[in-house]
Amino acid sequence: MDTNIPRTVPRKSATFDDYTLSEIRRAASTGIYDIRGGGAKRRLPHFDDLLFLGASMSRYPLEGYREKCGTNVVLGTRFAKKPIELKIPITIAGMSFGSLSAQAKEALGRGASIAGTSTTTGDGGMTPEERGQSKTLVYQYLPSRYGMNPDDLRKADAIEVVVGQGAKPGGGGMLLGQKISDRVAQMRCLPKGIDQRSACRHPDWTGPDDLEIKIHELREITNWEKPIFIKVGGARPFYDVALSVKAGADVVVVDGMQGGTAATQEVFIEHVGQPTLACIRPAVAALQELGMHRKVQLIVSGGIRNGADVAKALALGADAVSIGTAALVALGDNDPRWEAEYEKLGSTAGAYDDWHEGRDPAGITTQDPELSKRLDPVLAGRRLANYLKVMTLEAQTIARACGKSHVHNLEPEDLVALTVEAAAMAQVPLAGTSWIPGK
Amino acid sequence: MIELDLKSEGVRGVNSRLHSLPKNTNQRHWLLKNPQGQHAIACGLDGPFTVEIAGHVGFYCGGMNKEAEIIIHGHAGVGVAENMMSGLVRVTGNASESAGATGNGGLLVIEGDASSRCGISMKGIDIVVGGSVGHMSAFMAQRGNLVVCGDAGEALGDSIYEARLYVKGRAENLGADCIEKEMRAEHREELEKLLERAKIKAKVKDFRRYGSARQLYNFNIDHADAY
Ligand SMILES: Cc1cc2nc3c(=O)[nH]c(=O)nc-3n(C[C@H](O)[C@H](O)[C@H](O)COP(=O)(O)O)c2cc1C
Repeated sequence: MDTNIPRTVPRKSATFDDYTLSEIRRAASTGIYDIRGGGAKRRLPHFDDLLFLGASMSRYPLEGYREKCGTNVVLGTRFAKKPIELKIPITIAGMSFGSLSAQAKEALGRGASIAGTSTTTGDGGMTPEERGQSKTLVYQYLPSRYGMNPDDLRKADAIEVVVGQGAKPGGGGMLLGQKISDRVAQMRCLPKGIDQRSACRHPDWTGPDDLEIKIHELREITNWEKPIFIKVGGARPFYDVALSVKAGADVVVVDGMQGGTAATQEVFIEHVGQPTLACIRPAVAALQELGMHRKVQLIVSGGIRNGADVAKALALGADAVSIGTAALVALGDNDPRWEAEYEKLGSTAGAYDDWHEGRDPAGITTQDPELSKRLDPVLAGRRLANYLKVMTLEAQTIARACGKSHVHNLEPEDLVALTVEAAAMAQVPLAGTSWIPGK
Repeated sequence: MIELDLKSEGVRGVNSRLHSLPKNTNQRHWLLKNPQGQHAIACGLDGPFTVEIAGHVGFYCGGMNKEAEIIIHGHAGVGVAENMMSGLVRVTGNASESAGATGNGGLLVIEGDASSRCGISMKGIDIVVGGSVGHMSAFMAQRGNLVVCGDAGEALGDSIYEARLYVKGRAENLGADCIEKEMRAEHREELEKLLERAKIKAKVKDFRRYGSARQLYNFNIDHADAY
């Protein structure tokens, strides 16, 4: 017998991978589900699976830098007396004061204003810092109604009725006690230090018929001036968008499952809702079927990272996109300069997502006065403005290459897909073929 | 008293008239006729006016009210006085679901019964109901007082925070984390004042008080069954 039998190398299970094993151990020792911030982390069909064709014999490109390529967008042209006009088709998504520090909220307002776009409040009401620094501010109307009042409603430039979020369609919010500082508690009319659960359903309307009446009330209170958005998570985009239009929305926001959240159960983030890419075509189809495409504007969010993502979302029919996570990263979230501190928290730069614990070394997802002081709102705002500018230039570069004088002229015919899945979801041909799955 | 006709001027016409009033106006007393169950009547008022409505109203009447005194001579639809900030809304008849939802301040009086979710997510409003309230009333109620002179439906005060509930009749089915609490002198005094302000006749000694056991304030796995 040969005693020298070669051993196989140790092999880890693809099913029971390291992360899965660690989660089983964590669950076994704590008895409670994992809560974290951010969006879906698993690999999903996404904008990276699409490519632009660019111009060629049959298409005429535009000269980079010289020939104009418009990026402006007007939101709220359907009913509002005062639609909002943005210079770029990239808005800042709603992120609550409470989940974010006052400095971070201010920085978002500053960055958005420099870039000529809007920012959005969040679950927790409007802060004066944010209103003061935001040229165009969208005020969220959420199930919790924390801080909701008619004065802020009238101070807003638009109102966003939040029905759901991509990270957790069907779920409410949570802000754990650690982050309920005096100021946050006061704005939410709750005792300090308690876990605060935001309701998952609105308290005074249930279906789309009631929502229509609710929107009528909001318009009455604000003299029919403000555009009213409805934000839905990527659950049933075709029907959700059609019903939003029926309920009287000026703008519909569709947030896919990669969309970030301040804090939710991991199981919710990773297993409920559809990828952003899968939501856009059904949403656009609903608008087209109702004759409302471009009349009711569509904003898409969830995992938008660069100008290519922006251009692809617009080509598929969106009027604008919205960013959350990327904006926080631009401010300084998960920056390697805080690596030593991330390690102390059992994480690493780029992976830190225990935002609910309120100990963010970057001073963004925290209410700790010492930590939040680390973020200079002026400097961080500048960084966000730079980033927004780069994204816009990138989207224009692509649009020009496709021969478009406005980013809104991009169309599905400019795209092909790298995978069968992406081709089916985006309803564009698989690269090298003329095959659109299902067509 | 200045009369406006909701049938001929419509809700938009009447609301914009009321919204344009300066706070120091001497046109302080208004009568709205022919409401015909229309929605969003007299919402978003901001000033010390008195608005009487002669008949039944639809959804969200008096929504987000500030300072005004609104008297509905009839029944009210869903969400009457929702998110009220201050002032007074009085319904002489019954109110539908979610009366006084998320209200921050002021007083809502419903002389008849209120349906389900009365005072849901209330944040400081006082609500006095002459009759009974339906199920899930005071769900996630954060602050303020809900006084019920009749009975309370199922799951009263589910997931309640710091609001105080006073019920004269039966409240047999309390929601998660809602318990009966002792009526101390301060509560009797408070209730006395509320009934007086609401002009509702009832004896303080007949009421019981309910509020939060505060067991769900911070997540505890051993209470998971209650969530
Ligand atoms: C820290 C944080 C807080 C958030 N808070 C809210 C909120 O209060 N209301 C809301 O509608 N969405 C909230 N969101 C979701 C964003 O509005 C948006 O849908 C999402 O971030 C978009 O996806 P992205 O992060 O991939 O860009 C939050 C997201 C983050 C990252």
